[in-house]
Amino acid sequence: MNTPILQMRGITKTFPGVKALQDVTLDVNRGEVHAICGENGAGKSTLMKVLSGVYPHNTFDGEILFENEPCNFSSISDSEKRGIVIIHQELALSPFLSIAENIYLGNEQATNGWVDWRKTNLEAARLLARVGLDENPVTPVQHISVGKQQLVEIAKALSKEVKLLILDEPTAALNDEDSGHLLDLILHLKGQGVTSIIISHKLNEIRKVADAVTIIRDGKTIETLRLDEGQITQERIIRGMVGRDLESLYPEREPNIGDEVLRIEDWSVRHPQDHSRMVVRNANLHVRKGEVVGLAGLMGAGRTELAMSVFGRTYGTTVSGKVYKYGEEINTSTVSEAIRHGIAYATEDRKHYGLNLIEDIRRNISLAALRKLAKRGFVDKNQETVVANGYRKSMNIKAPSVAAITGKLSGGNQQKVVLSKWMFSDPDVLILDEPTRGIDVGAKFEIYTIIAKLAAEGKAVIVISSELPELLGICDRIYTLAAGHITGEVPIAEATQETLMHYMTKEKE
Amino acid sequence: MSALRESLGFLTSRLRQVGIFVALILIVLLFQGLTGGILLQPQNVTNLVVQNSYILILAIGMVMVIIAGHIDLSVGSVAGFIGAVAGVMIVHWGWPWWAAIPACLLVGALVGAWQGYWIAYVGIPAFIVTLAGMLIFRGLTLITLRNQQITPFPAELRALGGGFLPDISGGTSVLEWLTVILGVGATAALLIQAFKERRIRRKFDLESEPLVWFIIKTAFTSLLMLIITFLLASYRGTPIVLVVLAALVIAYTALMNNSVFGRHTYAIGGNLHAAELSGIKTKAVTFRLFVNMGVLAALAGLVFTARLNSAQPAGGTGFELDSIAAAFIGGAAVTGGIGTVAGAMIGGLIMGVLNNGMSILGLGTDYQQLIKGLVLLVAVGFDIFNKNRSGGGGGIGKRFKLKTSPPPAEEKPAPASNETVEAGRK
Repeated sequence: MNTPILQMRGITKTFPGVKALQDVTLDVNRGEVHAICGENGAGKSTLMKVLSGVYPHNTFDGEILFENEPCNFSSISDSEKRGIVIIHQELALSPFLSIAENIYLGNEQATNGWVDWRKTNLEAARLLARVGLDENPVTPVQHISVGKQQLVEIAKALSKEVKLLILDEPTAALNDEDSGHLLDLILHLKGQGVTSIIISHKLNEIRKVADAVTIIRDGKTIETLRLDEGQITQERIIRGMVGRDLESLYPEREPNIGDEVLRIEDWSVRHPQDHSRMVVRNANLHVRKGEVVGLAGLMGAGRTELAMSVFGRTYGTTVSGKVYKYGEEINTSTVSEAIRHGIAYATEDRKHYGLNLIEDIRRNISLAALRKLAKRGFVDKNQETVVANGYRKSMNIKAPSVAAITGKLSGGNQQKVVLSKWMFSDPDVLILDEPTRGIDVGAKFEIYTIIAKLAAEGKAVIVISSELPELLGICDRIYTLAAGHITGEVPIAEATQETLMHYMTKEKE
Repeated sequence: MSALRESLGFLTSRLRQVGIFVALILIVLLFQGLTGGILLQPQNVTNLVVQNSYILILAIGMVMVIIAGHIDLSVGSVAGFIGAVAGVMIVHWGWPWWAAIPACLLVGALVGAWQGYWIAYVGIPAFIVTLAGMLIFRGLTLITLRNQQITPFPAELRALGGGFLPDISGGTSVLEWLTVILGVGATAALLIQAFKERRIRRKFDLESEPLVWFIIKTAFTSLLMLIITFLLASYRGTPIVLVVLAALVIAYTALMNNSVFGRHTYAIGGNLHAAELSGIKTKAVTFRLFVNMGVLAALAGLVFTARLNSAQPAGGTGFELDSIAAAFIGGAAVTGGIGTVAGAMIGGLIMGVLNNGMSILGLGTDYQQLIKGLVLLVAVGFDIFNKNRSGGGGGIGKRFKLKTSPPPAEEKPAPASNETVEAGRK
């Protein structure tokens, strides 16, 4: 049964000045789901790029055996010919093309150079059935959800007669339901003989699907854990990833909760394009001084939409609702008004909405409160550097200097820059949208510590998160959203994953 | 780590910044040779400055618009239109120059506001709005001039295009002393500023520039300024338009580097959404950028009209392309967020020297256009190549700024100050 399909031996890959992989070994057996774990920057993605031919065979040392034959790939198409298909974290679909066209992109079903549309759509429909996606193959990809797009990617892989499917963080952008479906599909494909390698941060998913886990740290293989030997446990994986036992995933904190700071009443928001759709409906919530309030909900429940519409109406059309601060109604209809009233919103999408990736740390931190540093419209650059250096030290931003370009930092450090930026705007209320998304375990703990510190300083903090254990670990009170309604308000003492999930799936009439 | 390797490493990290300087020098030397020394004769250097002044004025506004992620195709037509307006005001209506100039700048601002409104508040892409503007203002130029040139202009206005600062030595000296004083003064100010900034960078541990390179760069720039001073002084002195241009470069460099408005411009071009979510009034910034572009286009139109002593129906044709090329050769990024006023000036000078040198050689506009096109392609191609090689967004080279490309590894502490010291010892 345990015949190896893939053996990678002594893989060493160096970039100028950095050893990304050092003597890495990976053994994957035929027909298993093999997870690869490691902190961000550990070398997981690099290893997969070596395997799939993104890095040609002469740019690294070591040998790769696939089905007992050596591989010398010089491009992705070489590895795809052998049945190795990689699905990247950022989906590579063309939004305006149909599902079927995307599936056969670069592999068109054509005779004599003319596309056979009948065959294309029929074959596509067959593949969609195989991945359990109930959509018309002629639907443009932009009209289906991210979860479904992920399935289209898998259907595309299946069209290439895949033997080894590599999924890089496949559930990072999916809600729990879609994630569950995807994981079931991976198990289903396993039953059909497809071997999978899955890179994931989510340890519960790994425990659900993986037969084996290889842990990589600092470009080296730490160990491979096997399910049949009973080695796959959360503690063991975390210990391998961070190289130490995390006594606690969340910092200890003694909440000191004061008076109400912000209250949102009867907040309703329409979809920006489709005005008949209500995205947030009559939401009421409040947050107090020194309190950390969680906002839980499945994808599409309206959490981000609620936060962004409050923060300067940056989402949708607000139809009704009022915002009060310290009991007085305030105007938050533009971002600068919201900031002036002491509200800060750190986005879930750092790269697109949070940072200017081509600028340095200093200029990103100062951006939201540049006028604090300016006299008569001119910025005091020395003061700016002093401020940025202060945050670099206090937030432990790992970078050579504050003149480092933020696009070159790791996710965790980018997030710290975003948080620094909003802390510098000196808000009373911080709304943190998925503050630990795409961040490794060690950096997560640092972010939690920062949140705890902010609350201890008397800030009111609202945390939006898809990870329920995280909310349970850091919040004092949790609101749940479902289909735009606030369906529950749970004090931390009564909150469990089960109760939250119960409210999150509750549909109001 | 040897100082030599350190210096070389630094130079490769700023290949583009070094490259553009070297390119300018090589082009100057090439044409100096080809023209048998005519290029750097005092009279020709003066010509070079005056001939290119309006392109350089436009390039200042253009690089700002490009940094914000937009483009302006209408500046040539706007410059022509303002020339026509100036002709009507001064020649037909008999307005004095001191009233006509501010009035023309105001008309430029209104033109900019018109285009800025459609771009910023209605949301039509700048490419479309200014393409329309290119046609609209050319049409208005023809209508205003009734298809005939307007001439002549009074001497006070002509001074803006071809005049010189007064000769304080009364025309008796070989060198024009006011120019020498201004040139030496400006050089001294530049030196003081360079050392001051370096001291501040060292204080905050941000210095990455090896001392050797700093000295070479500063000495070279100073020398260059002194040579130009000498050349200008031995002809007719300082062109008035050079004073205007120098004032604009200093003011706009300060604006783009240090002002809140300048920072917001870079932020919008770097990431529009992040800028919006940071409370920047992106529409207002964009609007103001185009108003500013309109004013600068008006000024360029005035200078051009003054130089020709005539407002012409085809005046300003093709200026937009030269100024856009200057900004891109000077290192502005097509995607926005990157670029400097100083870079655009060097880009403009490269274009200017090419124009002037090829004209002296008697090459026709056919070959001139061909060669200028290739230079633009190579310059931006070099950027892309450089960016891919360094594998990061910053590699495109934010020249004339602080260090650009730190190593990607996070844990590595930056021994920046040590390196500098080490480099300095050898």
